[in-house]
Amino acid sequence: MNAAAAALSDERVLLDHSPPAVGAHAIARRYGEGDTAVDALRGVSLEVPRGQLTAVMGPSGSGKSTLMHILAGLDQPTSGSVEIAGIEITKLKDNELTKLRREHIGFVFQFFNLLPMLTAEENLVLPLTIAGRKPEPAWLEQLLESVGLDDRRKHRPSELSGGQQQRVAIARALVSRPTVLFADEPTGNLDSATSAEILELVRRSVDELGQTTVMVTHDAVAATIADRVLFLADGQIAKSLARPSQAEVIDAIQEVAGQ
Amino acid sequence: MTGVALKGLLARRVRAILTALAIVLGVAMVSGSFVLTDTISKAFDSIFTSSYSHTDAVVSGRKLVDYSTGGNTTVSQTVLERIKRTRDVAAASGALIDLNGDSTHANLIGRDGKAIQSNGNPTFGFGIDTSQPRFNPLKLKEGHWATGAHQVVIDAETAKKHHFAVGDTIGVAASGPKESFRIVGTATYGDVKSLGGATLAVFTIPTAQRLLDLHGYSVISVAAKPGVSADRLVSELKQEVPASAQVRTAKEQANEDKQGVASFISFIRGFLLGFGGIALFVGAFVIFNTLSITVAHRTRELATLRTLGASRRQVLRSVVLESFAIGLAASVIGLVAGFGLARGLSSLFGALGLTLPETSSVYATHTFVISLVLGVLVTVLAGFVPALRATRVPPIAAVREGAVIQRKKRLGPAAGVVLFGIASALIAYATLGGHLGSGKSLLALAGGALLGLLGVAGFAPVLVTALASVVGIPAKRLGGAAGGLATDNATRNPARTASTAAALMIGLALVTFVAVLGKGVHGSVDRAVNKQVTADWVVTSQNGWSAFPAGAGRAVAKAPGVALASDIRSDRGRIGSANVNVNGIDPATIARVYHFDWRQGSNATLVRLDGHGALVKQSFAKKHHLVIGDDFTLRSPAGKPVRLAVAGIFQPPRVMELLGGVVISREAFDRTFPRPSNSLTLIEGSPTQAGLDKALAAFPDAKAQTKADYVKAQSSFINTMLNLLYVLLALSVIVSLFGMVNTLVLSVFERTRELGMLRAVGMTRRQARRMVRHESVITALIGAALGLPLGIMLAAAVTHALGKYGVTFSLPVASLVIFTVAAMVAGVLAAIAPARRASRLNVLEALQYE
Repeated sequence: MNAAAAALSDERVLLDHSPPAVGAHAIARRYGEGDTAVDALRGVSLEVPRGQLTAVMGPSGSGKSTLMHILAGLDQPTSGSVEIAGIEITKLKDNELTKLRREHIGFVFQFFNLLPMLTAEENLVLPLTIAGRKPEPAWLEQLLESVGLDDRRKHRPSELSGGQQQRVAIARALVSRPTVLFADEPTGNLDSATSAEILELVRRSVDELGQTTVMVTHDAVAATIADRVLFLADGQIAKSLARPSQAEVIDAIQEVAGQ
Repeated sequence: MTGVALKGLLARRVRAILTALAIVLGVAMVSGSFVLTDTISKAFDSIFTSSYSHTDAVVSGRKLVDYSTGGNTTVSQTVLERIKRTRDVAAASGALIDLNGDSTHANLIGRDGKAIQSNGNPTFGFGIDTSQPRFNPLKLKEGHWATGAHQVVIDAETAKKHHFAVGDTIGVAASGPKESFRIVGTATYGDVKSLGGATLAVFTIPTAQRLLDLHGYSVISVAAKPGVSADRLVSELKQEVPASAQVRTAKEQANEDKQGVASFISFIRGFLLGFGGIALFVGAFVIFNTLSITVAHRTRELATLRTLGASRRQVLRSVVLESFAIGLAASVIGLVAGFGLARGLSSLFGALGLTLPETSSVYATHTFVISLVLGVLVTVLAGFVPALRATRVPPIAAVREGAVIQRKKRLGPAAGVVLFGIASALIAYATLGGHLGSGKSLLALAGGALLGLLGVAGFAPVLVTALASVVGIPAKRLGGAAGGLATDNATRNPARTASTAAALMIGLALVTFVAVLGKGVHGSVDRAVNKQVTADWVVTSQNGWSAFPAGAGRAVAKAPGVALASDIRSDRGRIGSANVNVNGIDPATIARVYHFDWRQGSNATLVRLDGHGALVKQSFAKKHHLVIGDDFTLRSPAGKPVRLAVAGIFQPPRVMELLGGVVISREAFDRTFPRPSNSLTLIEGSPTQAGLDKALAAFPDAKAQTKADYVKAQSSFINTMLNLLYVLLALSVIVSLFGMVNTLVLSVFERTRELGMLRAVGMTRRQARRMVRHESVITALIGAALGLPLGIMLAAAVTHALGKYGVTFSLPVASLVIFTVAAMVAGVLAAIAPARRASRLNVLEALQYE
């Protein structure tokens, strides 16, 4: 661990008294009504500690995507509350949510979601552009360098490989130094070699920048880079592992699925 | 964000261009209308100002009657002499120039022996004192001015167009039979490039007086001594001239001359702008539809922007900015295209016989401002609903496949029904009140039509499925599986199909309205003319409605086979302060060639039309409280009074009345009215065309037709009018065609994967093309199925209101079939490019398309 990272981990210790990056209390989500109603989440409570990478796993239909959508303020729980940086978000108006996204949330998508008409660099700084802020040149250079796209900054997404596009997307999510970064299956659309690079980048952003991250994945390899893995089944947290190995993850998946 | 929006627009430039095209034509029409009418207006301005460029005051006969064929009172030589002797007069000159009336009018005869004249354009015959060039509005181009009794100067444009040169002989016919003149020069009117269809013949004053049957001068131009103001000159002259003459400053006179033309030009402008407005209205539909589809396609992108922190306001602003940019670009293109279109409109009018004078094109500031503002405004307004819809894209759509924009409850159909209800009420108000023609009712009618179209567009999505299943039958029969899929595709997104079809519907509804109404009016004109005229042959002027020399009537009377020829004189007179049409007839023969619809009296009454007996139209009698035996005084345009007594009351048809107002005996007419001329000569007997033509050889402005041909010719202006309207409405049909192309291109684009799948399971390229083509035709036919009935309903309402004019409702079946076929052809044309795109998809790529 280099000096900068050490300094960051010291800061983390100092910040331990502040509220968690994300806190959820007894959130439930029901889709539909009456006989056809489906309970996607049935009372999930959790805390995402600052400076850590939290992975959420679970079989299809376990509610892991719904959980992430609700934590990120994209969807609203039927009951329960969610706090980001101490702000209760489930009752926020659209404008307040917009402000929250600008200041506290970064997104990484499975399909990258870059704007095709913008260059890599323009895509990268888009959150700042939207917020009407100017990027600090040093920070921009640092980001471009750390995602390894220094020489690709003028390229458009169609001229980049999938891995490169996802790296731009990660840099874009980091650019506004959000309180929490949500990554939705970030390797879901990539081959295994590229996936490894992307996971390495996500891990590095946690270690070097102290970027609190929540990652939804169904890839056991991806989950091994997490500080903590939450296993969802039937809309509830079934299991939680700290820094598990790949084998432990696979066991846990089977265990959870067997319930 | 601005940059992002504009970069997005650039990235979708083909789409942006297709969208923009929808508004270009409408803006071009607006800009073209302004350029054309401003140019015409400037040409007339320079005609009128050059008439008085070195003149301070103008003395002319007082105008007692509007639109007289005989002309107003003239000013005598004695008055001219008195003016010349007035203290502050430097010079004065009399001329025979009447720009607004019919009194100085002489036909030039072309090399084919026929009068050189296009529909209703003036044929001026002037008498000018060329010894005083300061008062001469004309400029000599070649040769010299006329000095002798058999010399004429003609306008350079006519000389060129009809191959006459200085030294040639040309025929001229004015109030009498034609005579031959030697062309001694050519001239232009001031700096005016073209007089439009007008012709010009300039004679010496005595020759003009003789040819035109005028005494004295129609106008005297006066110049003041140095240092004397025009106003002072006018007040001095007022002491000198008789009450029958009036004195004006040159400026006042020019403005007075301009009045009639100005209102004519503003009518043309309004008329053309109306069609620009319709094209823009249709364009708004297309913009609305295209942007709606584009926004739907961009759901993921918009949602991503939201997750990155874009507010709803920013999304709204970016989509509005896009439509602003599209609108601005389209308006600039349209503005410039309009400059070219102005020429096209000018030739369109020319083709229909209405040639207007022209000078170098006028590009006024208001042309730029109005075209640009209108184009941008329409685009932004049309794009506002899609922009609002874009703001409702939830951020979660960035991560969830197939997330749909939350729709507020669909208000369209309900709002459509309400609008349609209001429209029906407005139209009923306009047409049932019995006062159609008043400004208020016409406004209600136009508003009703507009709301009706919007209303139908509103609830059309509900009808689309049902309509498609009917108009899709041929596609299913002919197109097999592809045809069936086409029907399904057309109904897949009813709102989209409906608004695409609605754009076409507008054009078709208006075309249908015009066709149905046109047929009704045509019938009423036919019936009215047929009912009145019982003659075998009819002599009219070449254009069918202006006056021709009385001598022509006398000439045909002697033609072989003519049993009797009954002249109908015509001019305008004045009773009290009201103007009235006056006809002079031959009481002994009129009843054999004209059918009177008597209200009081009978054909026997005619013999009582001696020196002071008169027949009056019933509506005229009512208005002036006249009953049989009442006396009244009629004044001629020259101011000559005649005492008349009501001998009989009749009622001609409300349209095409051939006799009307006040009818007196020909003898009384000729005694009272200056320069009596005929509007018709009705012939009984069995002459031959050749015999009549020979008799009329000296009167090239007159022509003889059988009754049947005459009836047909009288209603032919309706066909001309219909053709003009069709051409102008075609513009909005073309705009809707762009809309169809847009929708299809975008639909094919969004169904890329599906098309790939269809191709993968065995659909041939041909079938893919056919599928798209049938969908397009089905959409077009839905437009027809909505538009035709709407047009028919509107026409039925207006026909009802016009019932008292004898207009009856009748369906022009052939035209309606043509419109339907045209809609189908439009559908096929719109599908060419999208169908090709669909058929050329690479199956593998299409399947992987995300």
